[in-house]
Amino acid sequence: MFRLEARPEPSRLMSVLSPVFAVAITLLVGVALFSILGKDPLDGLFVFFVEPVKTAYGLSELAVKATPLVLIALGLAVCFRSNIWNIGAEGQFILGAIFGGGVAIHATETSNKLVVVLILLAGMLGGMVWAGVVAVLRDRFHTSEILVSLMLVYVADMLLSYLVYGPWKDPNGYNFPQSITFASTTQIPKLIAGYRTDIGVLVALALVGVFWVFVFRTYAGFQLQVGGLAPAAARYAGFSARRAMWTALLVSGGMAGLAGALEVAGPLGQLTPYVPAGYGFAAIIVAFVGRLHPVGIVLSATLMSMFYIGGELAQSRLGLPKSVTGVFQGLLLFALLACDTLVTYRVRFTRTRAARAGAPLVGAEAVKSEGGTG
Amino acid sequence: MTSRLTLKGITKRYPAVIANDGVSLEVAPGEIHAVLGENGAGKSTLMKVIYGAVRPDEGEILWNGQPVSVRNPHEARALGIAMVFQHFSLFDTLTAAENVWLGLDTSTTLAAVTQRIRAVAGEYGLDVDPLRPVHSLSVGERQRVEIVRALLTKPQLLILDEPTSVLTPQAVQKLFDTLRTLAAAGCSILYISHKLDEIRALCHKCTVLRGGRVTGEVDPRTETNASLSRRMIGAEPARLERHQPTLGDVALKVTGLRLPRLDQFGVTLEDIDLDVRAGEVVGIAGVSGNGQPELMAAISGEDTRAPAGSIALFGADIAAASPGVRRRAGLHFVPEERLGRGAVPTLSLAQNTLLTRTASIGRLGLLRLSAVVQLAAYLIRKYRVKAKGPDAAAKSLSGGNLQKFIMGRELDANPRLLVVSQPTWGVDVGAAADIRGEILRLRDEGAAILVVSEELDELFEITDRLVVMARGRMSPGVNTSLATVEQVGIWMSGLWPGAGPPPVAAPTIEHAEHADV
Amino acid sequence: MNELAVIIASTLNAGTALALAALGLLINERSGIVNLGAEGMMLVAAIAGFATGVQTGSDSLAFVAGAATGAFMALCFGVMVIWLNTNQYATGLALSLFGTGFSAFVGVKYTQEKLSERHGFKLPVLGDLPFVGPAFFRQHPMVYIAVALAVALGWFLYRSRRGLVLRAIGESPESAHALGYPVRRIRLLAVVTGGALCGLAGAYLSVVYTPLWVEGMVAGRGWIALALTTFATWRPARVLFGAYLFGGVTMLQFFLQGEGVQIASQWLTMLPYVATIVVLVLMSRKPEFIRINMPASLGKPFFPGS
Repeated sequence: MFRLEARPEPSRLMSVLSPVFAVAITLLVGVALFSILGKDPLDGLFVFFVEPVKTAYGLSELAVKATPLVLIALGLAVCFRSNIWNIGAEGQFILGAIFGGGVAIHATETSNKLVVVLILLAGMLGGMVWAGVVAVLRDRFHTSEILVSLMLVYVADMLLSYLVYGPWKDPNGYNFPQSITFASTTQIPKLIAGYRTDIGVLVALALVGVFWVFVFRTYAGFQLQVGGLAPAAARYAGFSARRAMWTALLVSGGMAGLAGALEVAGPLGQLTPYVPAGYGFAAIIVAFVGRLHPVGIVLSATLMSMFYIGGELAQSRLGLPKSVTGVFQGLLLFALLACDTLVTYRVRFTRTRAARAGAPLVGAEAVKSEGGTG
Repeated sequence: MTSRLTLKGITKRYPAVIANDGVSLEVAPGEIHAVLGENGAGKSTLMKVIYGAVRPDEGEILWNGQPVSVRNPHEARALGIAMVFQHFSLFDTLTAAENVWLGLDTSTTLAAVTQRIRAVAGEYGLDVDPLRPVHSLSVGERQRVEIVRALLTKPQLLILDEPTSVLTPQAVQKLFDTLRTLAAAGCSILYISHKLDEIRALCHKCTVLRGGRVTGEVDPRTETNASLSRRMIGAEPARLERHQPTLGDVALKVTGLRLPRLDQFGVTLEDIDLDVRAGEVVGIAGVSGNGQPELMAAISGEDTRAPAGSIALFGADIAAASPGVRRRAGLHFVPEERLGRGAVPTLSLAQNTLLTRTASIGRLGLLRLSAVVQLAAYLIRKYRVKAKGPDAAAKSLSGGNLQKFIMGRELDANPRLLVVSQPTWGVDVGAAADIRGEILRLRDEGAAILVVSEELDELFEITDRLVVMARGRMSPGVNTSLATVEQVGIWMSGLWPGAGPPPVAAPTIEHAEHADV
Repeated sequence: MNELAVIIASTLNAGTALALAALGLLINERSGIVNLGAEGMMLVAAIAGFATGVQTGSDSLAFVAGAATGAFMALCFGVMVIWLNTNQYATGLALSLFGTGFSAFVGVKYTQEKLSERHGFKLPVLGDLPFVGPAFFRQHPMVYIAVALAVALGWFLYRSRRGLVLRAIGESPESAHALGYPVRRIRLLAVVTGGALCGLAGAYLSVVYTPLWVEGMVAGRGWIALALTTFATWRPARVLFGAYLFGGVTMLQFFLQGEGVQIASQWLTMLPYVATIVVLVLMSRKPEFIRINMPASLGKPFFPGS
């Protein structure tokens, strides 16, 4: 038997180790899963952790998938730090894609190259609008941001579907539900010729720095955190809860929207119903596993990106369903939350049940009566 | 005659502290036995041991002469031990009868319980309406629900943990009558308190605890406050030096403040008038739950709904100003909740200085971290805060030390008006004396000070002028040196000269406390 | 006339999954715990129920499998939240994300399978009444079970001592602990019961309602069920009403399309989600109203002895 005992202060060591433990647990379960399915666990691990980083192409793909995850998770980290539960980043990502795509559709081969900037700004705007709906409803009507942001994912999904089946459908697309392929002027500049990685990676890395400064070195970042940790203390200090809520939602919406625009104007190059790839949900896990810390997010996004690529490879190489990715993602978050208990509590092992029941009362001979009697 | 309860060498260790260190005591049938000690002396832990909520590491409990092991509250109740908690263990949205029912182990029906409540209420003068939801009851009525719940288990031992902190002096007398009736009927009573007068008036025997150990077992009726206090504290605290106030300008002026309550659990403020001048300490007395927190929030700026013109700071209207604006104008506030309001529990002391101190914020809102840490280190030194350092999390400090840190943080900002709520709640005697001394020093330097406290003794000790809050209204002021406990006690039930008529449905004193529903 | 009967019948059918899940969530929210994992539990239970139905051909076994799956997932959630004191929102979210991935993973084999349409359940005598018969009395037994459950739950919460204990724990786990109630065990029981009902709802979707397995087929019903408890201010009868209301909204799209209304299907598919938002806005407008009705400890951690 064991019981948990609150630590006087959160353990910094455990705070760093907990994600490591969580990854280890996820791997163990993964190995078990592969064995049960009759696959060689080594093959499985190889596919997930070696294959993606073996080649330059693999590394490029890793970056392509990690970029939106980093961007969205940075925004979500700000949200979660201020205790705003925006779980609808997927919807904000879709709106970013729609807004960015809407601009891209109207660009032509002769458009100014700066149209890319316009696309990205439109994408951010789209994400902010969608998150703004959540903020307005929470601000004016005290509506739960959890449920509203999540419902808006479904609405965004339908909106995208409406557009690509309806008004934005490519007239020469053989009736496929997709927009025209965007003009080449809208292409996000590639980092290296021949690879899919584009300057989105640099944007994401630059923003990692910006968010680090914001979270750890600015008064505004401090205010947001206080609002999340202790609302009454924020009120006492005079930090506006409304401003914190709006900031957190607009920042995270804008980041998700940016990711959406980068995705359609980058790797995808057109709008299809398959734009939403679950990055918005995966980024929630990325944010938590990365300890809501900008640098941690880069690491966890890389890991998550490996899960994505590994899942695709597992399908082609091992004949496993691609959705194995989702299983690992969910497991990782579960394991992390369980391991996080060790940050604030320590485990005390107690003796057996019988000993416990008997423990309180020690024989009288062991006890000396203290204190006078009068 | 065998004693009702005997404790032998009870020891309970926690990771950081030994809460009880070989505590022994004996309670006879029908005896009212006091356990006296200051905050942190181990009283509450000892009671939890008896009630089965905490298991001791060592020691023996004898119940009517037989060794017993009390593993949980159910077993305690089965033995005949009942407890009235300091922070009531009631459920707000349930009725009084349902609350009582939940405390009974037998499977009687709710209707039967309702009947028995009425019967017991009549027998002991504990007037309780079983069908009212608890949130609509006054603090005094809630306590009666707790006591009725305890009595319905037909206890042989009733434990009361600081029962009078929520009562007016008159209601305390009524409670004592009930307890004496009970004791006369053979029920033993363990009465936990740190109030010397009450123990001397009520109890037959008194066990004094200090630092988890028994420092004496005495007959309180033959002791003086001073002798009891010495046993409790070890030494008498230095007496506070007091000078005559030199009054300055009006610092805070509240005029006709009305503020509707935020929800059914709150209190509506009505026609509050209050002046605080530079160089004086004004105290607000009152039973908890009569609008003090609401008024504090309106003054501190945590609640900015006050109508324009109703709150003025040095002549400027601040009714709608944020706490930050008020702070820049010289108003600093120390709230009663330290963890979670006055400080963020998981953040370091250094980070916690940023809640109210903004000198370390540079251009573009960038923080100068070294300056933040320096300030915290300075406060720890200056106000003798026991902490590992500026990096220690706020929640790692004891209540008294955190209070010293928060007080220090606000005092060091040289406030022109300091508002303090419950300055010494849960603080040990030494730290409390330090804090009161700091308040008086600030007054002598010419600042205006407003103190809210539920401890009348404290208010009489440090204030120059007293006002009383009851039912969301405020009494006129009275010079502290001319006030008496009896007079203030009557005012605490809302009966000051010129107050409106008492509510129709509330003939008794305690009824007068509750807010309209 | 006949058409109206069909509308009512299909509304009840569509509302039943929501009702079962929301009643389950009501139980665990009454104990003070929010389980955002409803969607995930329903998804995994849906595939578990469907697979069992396909393999054994028994509806009862399919429902048992669904309920057991939901209960087991809720047990994992409950142990983490109640004993390890993890954040309720994050843990529930993890359950939903895991459930989405896991159900898709194990469901791949079953995407081609089909169960036969369930119909022909007819109550004797009542089912033969004109209009009323086809509207109300030719439903799958689970529809009636959901109604009975709501009634029973209402009795349990407001007329029984155990129900009072549950409400008391949701109101103040600290007080209940002080009185000696095993708060954590009771909360776990409530969470597991809630999970079992969510599981039953998932199995109902895949075995009776569709009846087939499609990845992500729960389509947000778990989240809508969560919203329903707020909408119903945590009262069983109102949960049932809300569930049928949303069942009606879901059905609306099919009837509008059937009536030849010229509107893109996407707008109609959006309806239940938009309706959820609208309902939440209407209910949450007055925070003091929610505060009176909401279990006071909802979502807050309780760790005895800290």
